[in-house]
Amino acid sequence: MNEFKVLTRDSGNAVIMELHGFLDAHTAPDLEKTFSELMAKGKYNIVVNFNSLSYISSAGLGVFMAYIDEVRNNRGDIKLAGMQQKVFNVFDLLGFPFLYEIYKDQDEALKKFNNI
Amino acid sequence: MKRSEKIEDSKVFKSTTGALADVREFVNERAVSFGFGDKEVSEITLAVDEACTNVIKHAYKGNPNAEFELRILASGTEFQIVVRDWGASFRPEEVPVPNIKDKFKKHKAGGLGIFLMRKLMDTVEYQGRDASNEVRLVRYLRNEQKS
Repeated sequence: MNEFKVLTRDSGNAVIMELHGFLDAHTAPDLEKTFSELMAKGKYNIVVNFNSLSYISSAGLGVFMAYIDEVRNNRGDIKLAGMQQKVFNVFDLLGFPFLYEIYKDQDEALKKFNNI
Repeated sequence: MKRSEKIEDSKVFKSTTGALADVREFVNERAVSFGFGDKEVSEITLAVDEACTNVIKHAYKGNPNAEFELRILASGTEFQIVVRDWGASFRPEEVPVPNIKDKFKKHKAGGLGIFLMRKLMDTVEYQGRDASNEVRLVRYLRNEQKS
């Protein structure tokens, strides 16, 4: 069984969303639920930490696409950070680097929200 | 580990997204033993995941009682995976090549799976066979991976 877990925590004016494990059509609804809870709380500055994510398919990528407009319409952003090479390759194949800010690590992404 | 020169194997899976982890394991093990490197194994596994996700979501429309079959036939330099289902037929020519910016605006991820499969594999072919549909995915082992 390839499990997936998503943890969130506040950091300054942003929320860090930490992904663990395998993100596919089976586990994408868990990520969707987390995004929808953040939207309900009005939290639109989101840093997604991919350090511990081993796998992503298009079902997982679709979740980031589903929420980006709502987030940006509320003056927030979804910034992606810390991807393993094979996960980055999937984002890259689909042209995401043109549409999302992708950082090497979480702190670099957080600084952009905190204007440091 | 000694490389497998020839692989002929098949397995039937329940049409639920919960089966995707088993699908990936099945493909991963055989791609490794055929001699592909890490990057290629990841790419092949992802392409098959996408094909099976389409079967589960579109051909069977989420019916968990249906089944699909994976066949792996590999020899020489050719690693071939056939995904067969008995659900609604699929016309890939009706799926437009996604414009990522357009998708982004419309919040839709549909069509990305097929796009990825075509990027990741050397051949992606769909055909109807009797009352079933097959998608055939092929990836070739390049010279430098054979040793």
